[in-house]
Amino acid sequence: MAGGRLSMSGTSALVADHTQVTPERDIARDLARRALWVAPAFVLVGAVGWGVTGAASAAIALVLVVANFLIGAAIITRAVSISLNALYGAVLFGYLVRLGVLGVIAVVLKGSGDWFAAVPFAITLLVTHLGLLAWETRHVSASLAFPGLAPQPVQQVTPEENHAK
Amino acid sequence: MLNVLAQTAAGEMVEGLKAIGAGLGYGLAAIGPGIGIGTVVGNAISAMARQPESAGMARTTMFLGIAFTEALALIGFVVFILLLP
Repeated sequence: MAGGRLSMSGTSALVADHTQVTPERDIARDLARRALWVAPAFVLVGAVGWGVTGAASAAIALVLVVANFLIGAAIITRAVSISLNALYGAVLFGYLVRLGVLGVIAVVLKGSGDWFAAVPFAITLLVTHLGLLAWETRHVSASLAFPGLAPQPVQQVTPEENHAK
Repeated sequence: MLNVLAQTAAGEMVEGLKAIGAGLGYGLAAIGPGIGIGTVVGNAISAMARQPESAGMARTTMFLGIAFTEALALIGFVVFILLLP
């Protein structure tokens, strides 16, 4: 019986530890960082093709993509700390709510005047979302030791360099 | 005069139908990814319940799976915003 109690408490401790890990938040932050790197290129393409209107629309699309990733990750992180059932409901309703909010934003932007260009907005939204995800898959480890992002390679320091420091 | 009114009404009707089509398309495009996300999350929860020690790995795969599936809905969103009058 003692062994059984020990096993149960061991499992609980394990579950508790893994709720402290937040791989999705790390990945979303990394996606946001990479979005910052590519943002000037998309804004430039929007500016060249559609002028200031295109640049503003591309920038808005980038903000929406990053916000979508961050909010999605925050929903998962919060729901996992409650329960697995909460996770299921939160992800599905979060998806619905985020799509609804995107739809409302689209209607508002379209109706707000001539400064919004739909084509650069649409191109930036799709290409950034898919491109960032494809890029991120190269940097995700998804192993037991590193469940989220892959660890950065450690630079080898030679004794001479160490002495120089 | 009646001809002008009829043309105006026809134009407004086309705009209205475009808006209805855009909304319907967006809604229909969201169904497939919804089913896909349900499958992804359901299987991830199953994995986490069976092997709590690999929960972090399952969550990583789940997050990326959800994001990739959402891209389908974003295609519907893009069509919606392009069709919106």
